[in-house]
Amino acid sequence: MSVELDVFVGNTTIMDKEVYQLWLNGYTVNDAVKVRIEGGVMEECEASAEVLLSDTMDQYRTFQMCERLLHHPAKLANQLLFQIPPDRQAMLIERYYAFDDSFVREVLGKKLSKGTKKDLDDVSTKTGITLKSCRRQFDNFKRVFKVVEELKGPLVENIRQHFLLPDQLARDYAAIVFFANNRFETGKKKLQYLTFQDFAFCAGQLINNWTLGAVGKTNNMMEDMDVDLDKEFLQDLKDLKILITDKDLLDQHKSLVCNALRGKTNVFNEMEANFKNLSRGLVNIAAKLINAKDVRDFFIDLVEKFIEPCRSDKWTSIDMNLYLTHYTNSAHILDTFKHHAVWTRYMGVIKSCILRMYHD
Amino acid sequence: MPGRLKAKIVAGRHLPVMDRASDLTDAFVEVKFGNTTFKTDVYPKSLNPQWNSEWFKFEVDDEDLQDEPLQITVLDHDTYSANDAIGKVYIDIDPLLCSEAATVISGWLPIYDTIHGIRGEINVLVKVDLFNDLNRFRQSSCGVKFFCTTSIPRCYRAIMVHGFVEELVVNEDPEYQWIDRIRTPRASNEARQRLIFLMSGELQRKIGLKVLEMGGNAVVGYLQCFDLEGESGLVVRAIGTACTLEKISTFPATATHPNNSSPSKDMKEPGFGEEAPGVPLSSGPPTPLRAQTFSSFSPSKSYSRQSSSSDTELSLTPKTGMGSGGSAGKEAGPLKALLKQQTQSALEQREYPFFTLTIFPPGFLLHVGGVVSARSVKLLDRIHNPALGNTRSYKLLDWNSFTADEPETRDAWWEEIRQEIKSHAKALGCHAVVGYSESTSICEEVCILSASGTAAILSSRFMQDGPLDTEHRFEEVVSPGCGFCHIPYDELNIPFPAQLTYCYCCRRYKVPDVLFTTIDLPTEANVTGKGCLIQARLCRTKKKAQGEGNAMAISNLLPFLEYELHTQLMNKLKLRGMNALFGLRIQISVGETMLLGLASATGVYLTALPSPGGIQIAGKTPSDITYEQHISNMQKKINDTITKNKEQYEINPPEVVEEIIGSPIPEPRQRSRLFRSHSESSDEVSEIDLSHGKKDAFVLEIDDTDAVEDIHALLTDSPTPAGFYSCNTEIMPGIQNWTSAIQMFTSVRVFRLNANLTNQGLNKIFSDLCENLLKSLYFKLRSMVPCCLCHLNFTVAIPEDELIQVAVTAVAMSFDKEQTLENGKRSGEKTLIKAITENDEQLQFNLELNAESSSPNPLGSPKGLSEVGSHPSARDRCSSWIEQLKLKAHTIRRGSVKTTSSMEKASPLPEGRSRSLRSNRSYSGSSVAVVKMTPLSFIPGAKIIKYLGIINMFFIRETSSLREEGGVSGFLHTFIAEVFAMVRAHVAALGGNAVVSYSMKECVFMENPNKNQAQCLINVSGDAVIFVRESELELTSVQPQSATTQTSNGGEGT
Repeated sequence: MSVELDVFVGNTTIMDKEVYQLWLNGYTVNDAVKVRIEGGVMEECEASAEVLLSDTMDQYRTFQMCERLLHHPAKLANQLLFQIPPDRQAMLIERYYAFDDSFVREVLGKKLSKGTKKDLDDVSTKTGITLKSCRRQFDNFKRVFKVVEELKGPLVENIRQHFLLPDQLARDYAAIVFFANNRFETGKKKLQYLTFQDFAFCAGQLINNWTLGAVGKTNNMMEDMDVDLDKEFLQDLKDLKILITDKDLLDQHKSLVCNALRGKTNVFNEMEANFKNLSRGLVNIAAKLINAKDVRDFFIDLVEKFIEPCRSDKWTSIDMNLYLTHYTNSAHILDTFKHHAVWTRYMGVIKSCILRMYHD
Repeated sequence: MPGRLKAKIVAGRHLPVMDRASDLTDAFVEVKFGNTTFKTDVYPKSLNPQWNSEWFKFEVDDEDLQDEPLQITVLDHDTYSANDAIGKVYIDIDPLLCSEAATVISGWLPIYDTIHGIRGEINVLVKVDLFNDLNRFRQSSCGVKFFCTTSIPRCYRAIMVHGFVEELVVNEDPEYQWIDRIRTPRASNEARQRLIFLMSGELQRKIGLKVLEMGGNAVVGYLQCFDLEGESGLVVRAIGTACTLEKISTFPATATHPNNSSPSKDMKEPGFGEEAPGVPLSSGPPTPLRAQTFSSFSPSKSYSRQSSSSDTELSLTPKTGMGSGGSAGKEAGPLKALLKQQTQSALEQREYPFFTLTIFPPGFLLHVGGVVSARSVKLLDRIHNPALGNTRSYKLLDWNSFTADEPETRDAWWEEIRQEIKSHAKALGCHAVVGYSESTSICEEVCILSASGTAAILSSRFMQDGPLDTEHRFEEVVSPGCGFCHIPYDELNIPFPAQLTYCYCCRRYKVPDVLFTTIDLPTEANVTGKGCLIQARLCRTKKKAQGEGNAMAISNLLPFLEYELHTQLMNKLKLRGMNALFGLRIQISVGETMLLGLASATGVYLTALPSPGGIQIAGKTPSDITYEQHISNMQKKINDTITKNKEQYEINPPEVVEEIIGSPIPEPRQRSRLFRSHSESSDEVSEIDLSHGKKDAFVLEIDDTDAVEDIHALLTDSPTPAGFYSCNTEIMPGIQNWTSAIQMFTSVRVFRLNANLTNQGLNKIFSDLCENLLKSLYFKLRSMVPCCLCHLNFTVAIPEDELIQVAVTAVAMSFDKEQTLENGKRSGEKTLIKAITENDEQLQFNLELNAESSSPNPLGSPKGLSEVGSHPSARDRCSSWIEQLKLKAHTIRRGSVKTTSSMEKASPLPEGRSRSLRSNRSYSGSSVAVVKMTPLSFIPGAKIIKYLGIINMFFIRETSSLREEGGVSGFLHTFIAEVFAMVRAHVAALGGNAVVSYSMKECVFMENPNKNQAQCLINVSGDAVIFVRESELELTSVQPQSATTQTSNGGEGT
């Protein structure tokens, strides 16, 4: 004796948020039933395990049928098969495209290729996220990447419109796309302490300030305007080298910063001693960004060349802020330094990125 | 050439990829009607083609217009090989043929393929130009309106109810034709779908002709069914009730129509003036529904079951049941005789005084006798085998016109059954059968034909020809709250054993102790507490057999099956402390090795009927003490259950107040007083109660295994979880504050049995199957609590040996709990007011206006309470009504200009409560309009303003990659969702936003997992409508009660 067939179809498609989450998390039906039983839904509704199993299977089936629509969220709104209220549609999409920070940290900056996908079982073991869920998240990244790759116009806006995602989630996806496109290295041990949100913040800074679309140089609609860094700008960054190659300029710069900071910080001595090293570090990063290879190492360089020395000298974030502010501003006072615009554009991003990244 | 059909193909979207090389499709469309085909250009390389074709024009006969569907085929152009079909759309253009229904079909319709399911959508425009005038047009039965709704549709008024219409057409089933061996499954499925479309159209046209002959203009309660008889053919049959309906459009005008006026002014009868013209006492203010009756008339009711054989050569079916034999209760009281005389004339002319209605205009249903049913077992023989001299059926295209003299046609089979039903009704002293329906169950060559209905006495009000004259309008004075319970038969000549008592409402007429009916609970009925779904389930094994032996075995089993079902129903009814069943539907399904019986009904406590006695268990020869103990334990369990049930369903019957005949009615309010004692109220029974003391403590002897089983079945029914109610009728007594949250659903389960089960084992499995299904439904719908599952319609089938299939379609409706309590307190038993059909209230309002205009001083005479109470509010209602009309007109105008979804936006009314399942808002930013579906004839909190035509769709889906589609569950889940989607799309294309009276009449599922194949046929029907929300109107009214009435009065004017 067995139930051979068991379906429930509502005119309005019934979807339980909790079961949806379990499905998204890659639980098998049986595991999901266990979780639900532990959640106490049975006592609440006088149901039996049998009922729960039937309901869970039914919901899973519904989600599977919906999944193909979720791949193109715009279709969800004008398909006829499921009658789903708009708020539910939004929930379905948002949750489907939601991802685990621990997962995204593993693949951030990696090429979204088949090779990476093959390694997902390692990621799964490492993060404790089910392989099924990992695959879904990876496929989402890839799908978004592929779609926006071919679109013109602002990245975040494209993602939001095409995938009907809420603003924050769209920004996160923009960061993922941006990282994947530029292949930023994020996996090194030294970068492990950084969260996805740290990187997403930095990505936002870079997109908003260093890409073609950032300064309105383009006639608005251009392919990859938000995804690729502004080559011209990167070229110009080489000019900043004068700050470290010109000995006078370097000394002048140092004395300006030191004068401004004297007495305002506990780590003044360390700062004074390290100034030249730190300045060389930042300017060298700038000068090398024209090489794609060095772009990838952007974050690791920031950490190695700047954050780590400061941290070993026990700077506080306030010290850091103070230093970077004066370091940036002082350069403008230097007589022979002419590249004010490039310097501002460069240091603006560097400063906010470092401040964000400067934590334990 | 009376019509020109025009179609325009606008665009497609979401088409499947047909060319793998390019990942695109070169689509074009063929538009076919009859034998004419047009093609669009090929729109190359696109999944969203924009054809924007010219108007394709078909000049066609009216007959074809009715019979044929418009067939749209989307194809992929292929230069080198044959064009590949993407899918088809069949469009029923019938709704366009009626001036009052839809005028254009326009919208996105799913492109359907029987193998692949929905494959994208196509946007089409279809119109019909009628050249000739209406008269000419009517000659061809076009323009006759069809309604699935089994009541007078809201926004119409019944001028006349003509009666029963039936028709059947037969054809060869394409699946069984020789050509099927060489054609693809797709071709075969499409041939079948198309044929059934044609047959349905033909059937509808023929029924339409009959209606016109009778002088009607509409069919209400239209029920169309398919019999898939396999090799012997495909039968499409339909029954319905012919009516003359009038659209309630020019409301003030008809209200002052003099013809309708002059209610009698019998001083003694407070409610008389209103009641007689069919206006119930349920007018606006909290009028007591339980009015006093004066005329002498005997109470009524009973349950009669008959299973009878056709008198074919075999006489395969036995006579069974408790129905009476020949002696009819004709010699009833003198008054009754008079009453009969009046309606007789109207009914006598009819071959079958049957009505498929289950809800009636007020004043139409006078008395209810009880359930009448008939079954017969038939053998379907080969059609193409004249060598068999003894063929019992012949295949012809139309039985009626060509084989009227052929005795053994299917028509004749049904005729026998109908005759039998008619005679059963007569035996119950009734001249009519209401809530009538017919069904079949086929297994191989055996076919069980069943018919059932409720014997009743009807008022002649809607049945006489010509203008109604006033004298004949009031046959009788019956209080609407209990009148229908009074027995129609002669108490000295009861056709079956029944205990009669005096009516507990009026104390004047006899009522039975229990009442079983197939109709819906009359809106004006006095009910105590709430109702609930009651099911009797039974499984009986039978030996495998062939031919006549098999038929014989089945007909021998039937009476036992029915008897046990009846016993179960009775026990369960008593266990719930209730005394009446409504909407009773007994389904018998036949398989090769078993018979299934499922009886569903809604139990209620009718205030007019005596309180049911408890259930008493008696053991066999009380010998040892443990046994005694066991018995008393069981007895205690049963008693506890009864008490619990009474609490759950709030059954606290009013204390019976001793009264002298003719004394004023006790205030209805008293009824809300608590009466906790669960023991029967016999100690309060007044002296005129002729029944004896502790009557009918129902005794169950458990000296045989069957009874033990019965008791088991009784106690294993798990109670509905808190916050849930269930019924299989349109409305639930005791619940009225529906919110707008409704959720229609279909659930199907198939259960595989082990071989070699005993009857008991089978019973348990079957019962558990149904119980578990219900439990699952409650769990699924828990977010809607407090809610009621209405119109729970179970269908069982035995798709193959060892498989049981149960399908349920119902609607879950949320209600507002607090308000229920409040209202319950305020107006004791007026629990049903809200649910009263708008139509009723329409009529009622009408008449109130009449009274005012025709009798200038209606208040001058000392009228009864109710009338005095109702008049002022009638005026109020009138004025607010006109305002509402204006409002509505406004909304509608806007609605008709824009699309449906924008129309919904045009009235963004505040909803009662926010619920996640709510689906009535249009999707923002989406092109898909929300379409509600419900098996009920109404939508809570909304007004149906237009009926757009009948939806009757038949789909076949087949797969040869069952596993890949998620197994049988995945396959069927998708298919049902697709069917819903197609129904919604077609309704939206007609300009509608809801389907009412929706039902899934057929769901035939076959699988062959070894071959990785499955096939399913689904037939659904319903009425496409436009509704508007009424919540804004509710907000304006002050008094809750009058608000209810007001709002349900509004809106029809357009």
